[in-house]
Amino acid sequence: MSNEWPLWEVFIRTKGGLSHRHAGSVRAPDAELALRHARDTYTRRLEGVSLWVVPSAQIVASDPHQAGPLFEPAESKIYRHPTFYHVPDNVKHI
Amino acid sequence: MTTASSSTGHRSDPALFDYLLRLGDDSLILAQRLSEWCGHAPMIEVDLSISNVALDLVGQATLLLDYAGEVEGKGRDGDKLAFHRDALRFRNCLLVEQPNGDFGQTMARQYLFSTCQRLLFRGLAQSTDARLAGIAAKALKEIEYHADWSAEWVVRLGDGTPESRERMINGFAWMWRFVDELFQVDEIDAAIAKAGIAPARDSLRAAFNAELKKTFEAATLPLAPLPAAILGGRKGHHSEHLGHLLAAMQFLPRAYPGATW
Repeated sequence: MSNEWPLWEVFIRTKGGLSHRHAGSVRAPDAELALRHARDTYTRRLEGVSLWVVPSAQIVASDPHQAGPLFEPAESKIYRHPTFYHVPDNVKHI
Repeated sequence: MTTASSSTGHRSDPALFDYLLRLGDDSLILAQRLSEWCGHAPMIEVDLSISNVALDLVGQATLLLDYAGEVEGKGRDGDKLAFHRDALRFRNCLLVEQPNGDFGQTMARQYLFSTCQRLLFRGLAQSTDARLAGIAAKALKEIEYHADWSAEWVVRLGDGTPESRERMINGFAWMWRFVDELFQVDEIDAAIAKAGIAPARDSLRAAFNAELKKTFEAATLPLAPLPAAILGGRKGHHSEHLGHLLAAMQFLPRAYPGATW
């Protein structure tokens, strides 16, 4: 039985203005029940104000074996961080 | 009517006390039944769903029975009423004490109860009794979820595989006898309705039937006339099942009075 229900990835928005973040996964026979299972499993302690569920099979993931070519070239590109600007003292909230 | 609006104006009001026991015991006994599923549900997600509903119902029972104890005015609180009362003193409807059976039978019971409870508590949220109106408004958000959730399962099992459909039909077959009791009006209900404290239960029947028809059509399940009703829960005449349920629920506080952890 347990292998017949597809897996769904659960994303929770913890409060207004923040983005949805991955919380975990649930099994459910369809989208509507996946939302209910996500609500019952991951928002029992006021964790969220909005839920997304996505069929796990629809997630396209990067290949761990490609992690070197994909991510390591960014290590030596410190100029991509906006840290070389002089911020005037009077500019607040940056 | 106006005298009923104060939350402290009901001391030793026997009708209100009995009415609150009926509401509180419905939630309490169904909570205990549902909690029997804990660790046994078909899936971990469903296990959590059922436990959540059970905990919601415990919360409702606590508020309602605490209030009942205050109305009675003999120093009994919700715990005392829950754990130190015998079966004959319980005022829950027979539906909620029925055994879980399989998942289909549990969902049949939940759907029938929550659908009726939703209609009742919508009315209670407008009660002339401010304390009860507050409790009902809080509970209503939970009940809306329980009613929708159980309806989803009735539709999925009814319109699912041949086996799930048969189990859903059998689950309802067990419960139909206990539906009429949900809408019975005796002298206590009449007095409470007259005071504007609660809607008369028979006034909820048409909306309940319409809801039932809608769900059963979606579930492609047949609706037949109800069998002869079994009544008695509101007067303390319960099925054999309640005694066993209470034995499990009440054992610890009775064997170890005042136990804490």
